[in-house]
Amino acid sequence: MGDMIVSELRQAWNEFTRAFAHLLPRLLTVLIIALVGWLIAYVLTVALRSFLRLIHFDRLSERAGAARLLNSAALPSPSQLLCQLVFWFSWLGILLAGISSLGIAGMQQFVGGFFLFLPRFFVALLVVFLGMLASGFFARAALLGAVNADLPSPQILGEAVRILIVVLSVSMAFEMLGFAQHTIEIAFTLLFGALMLGLAIAFGLGGQDLARQFLERRFSAHRGRPKKESELSPL
Amino acid sequence: MADESILSDDLVRQLMSVGEVDILVGLHTHDHADTIGPVVQAIREGLINHFPRERVAILNADAGSSDGTRDLIRAAGIDDARYRSKLQTLRTLHVISSQYGTTVSPGIAMHIFVEAADLLRARGCAVVSPDSSDIQPDWVDRLLQPVLRGNIDLVTPTYRRHRFEGILVTNLMYPMMRALYGRNVREPRPAEFAFSDRLSGLLVNHPMWSQDAGRLGPEVCVTIEALAEGFPLAQTYLGARSHLEQQPGDLVAALRQSVGPLFWAMESLDGTWDKIQGVQAVPTNGPEYEVTEGTVKGDLTRLRQMFSSGVADLAPVLKSILSPAVLQQLQQVASLPEEQFDFTDELWVKVVYEFASSYRRSVINRDHIIQALAPLYRGRAYHFITQNQDVAPDALEQRVEALCESFERLKPYLVSLWTAQERGV
Repeated sequence: MGDMIVSELRQAWNEFTRAFAHLLPRLLTVLIIALVGWLIAYVLTVALRSFLRLIHFDRLSERAGAARLLNSAALPSPSQLLCQLVFWFSWLGILLAGISSLGIAGMQQFVGGFFLFLPRFFVALLVVFLGMLASGFFARAALLGAVNADLPSPQILGEAVRILIVVLSVSMAFEMLGFAQHTIEIAFTLLFGALMLGLAIAFGLGGQDLARQFLERRFSAHRGRPKKESELSPL
Repeated sequence: MADESILSDDLVRQLMSVGEVDILVGLHTHDHADTIGPVVQAIREGLINHFPRERVAILNADAGSSDGTRDLIRAAGIDDARYRSKLQTLRTLHVISSQYGTTVSPGIAMHIFVEAADLLRARGCAVVSPDSSDIQPDWVDRLLQPVLRGNIDLVTPTYRRHRFEGILVTNLMYPMMRALYGRNVREPRPAEFAFSDRLSGLLVNHPMWSQDAGRLGPEVCVTIEALAEGFPLAQTYLGARSHLEQQPGDLVAALRQSVGPLFWAMESLDGTWDKIQGVQAVPTNGPEYEVTEGTVKGDLTRLRQMFSSGVADLAPVLKSILSPAVLQQLQQVASLPEEQFDFTDELWVKVVYEFASSYRRSVINRDHIIQALAPLYRGRAYHFITQNQDVAPDALEQRVEALCESFERLKPYLVSLWTAQERGV
């Protein structure tokens, strides 16, 4: 009985050591891949950081208003965020590629999915960034236009333009990533529709006189040259 | 590769049929049927009276008038002018009218005049506003005589104006251009002016035509180019200025057409203005300035309110354009009650210089920088009007002179902002 137990234990130990000996080189390979991957990711990040510094990416983001948004969400600066994303994605990518070479069942499909997701992720990121840029530009244009036209609440108008463009770009990005596609689409449609309807009602009911004046100015047959701000020409 | 000409094939054919001329008169029109008749008549009468021996052509660049402006220009017969002046011209007076598009573009029209003057080898080219209701036949002589016989390359006008008309000119354009280029050109954005063949030769392939500055404010660009290149200049008094309809409809448009080109030229002519010191008087035929009495019809309180609310609402935009110290001073001024309101010369000059510097650095979109200047100009205009409501014309001129001196005194501040940018500070 005792011999049997010892024999079974020896056999189990032998199988374990055989399996371990078989796995060890693979583990070492994965470790080496992780180390090399880390190095590659680090070099990529350093190169990207230098490039972003060269093109004054942070200043550009600041002007676009992206830095302000990230700051309010307690996130690092845009260049730091981009560098961190590139670092983790490249390292994870190399690591997953290494693991897939170990031949673990189901891993190949998972890694393939990850690499297919990457381009969509970066395009979505680009869409959000361009959206931020556009929102900064158009919000400022609306603010300046409203101030110089002496419209009431120009800051609210500017912020409304900014939020609208940011919401639009984020919903586009989510659609690209395939997250809750229909929910976001419906939410955006509802939000945009409600906003436009609200504005139309506000303009039509709250500003009847303004609407009439605007339409008269726009379509009146007697429309002449634009009216001057004051009787005295600045030039 | 040769630069593409702004002149259409049809216009070139018309110009070629005219041949070489001594004088070209340019008229830029768009639906000016109401005013163009007397203007063309005065030009023709002036040409016949004062330049009977010269070969002359009138060139009309039209932006697609639908009221028959071009027909009126073409039809205004030389016989009528001859009859009125009782003079005979020894030469044929050609009238050419060409439509360059359907949207008004001062830059395209001016480019056409410059290229046509160069092509026709005109010794002098005068540009006249199509709604100068006070135009006199001798304006042509006053503008062109210094070019043709005085070896002058650019003749700009001086006018008799309402004391508070053209505050953008008296408070920004004139003093700043005087401080930058050391010449006292009273009308840096002239509605009527004349230039020589030497200047048109320089301007014909100038990069300004492809820029917003040249498209929107070619008159300012031409004046600055002549100043920067050291061409001989003269001013001539033309009398009352009443062609206000041609002026931009709103303040932002006026800033785009005047301040935009001024800031743009500072960058493109980097290195030419920073070392200029002192002021050299431009010879003037007649008085340098003349103002008429009169009260302001505009709403002054609204002007101040638009300044104060503009400074508050645009704080994030102004923060990226102005230094913290200047912005703080500006916010203090904006919060002052009406009776204590004081937008000093020094603060105004610093604001303008910092705007110019930010424009060069493109801290935000350049057109947004120009638009952001509008509320601040309103504050300065309010200050200027309220401070000078009851002063005599000479005292008003002294105030303008004091402002000019502030612009000159603070020029090192502008240069320091400029050089700090070059050093990357």
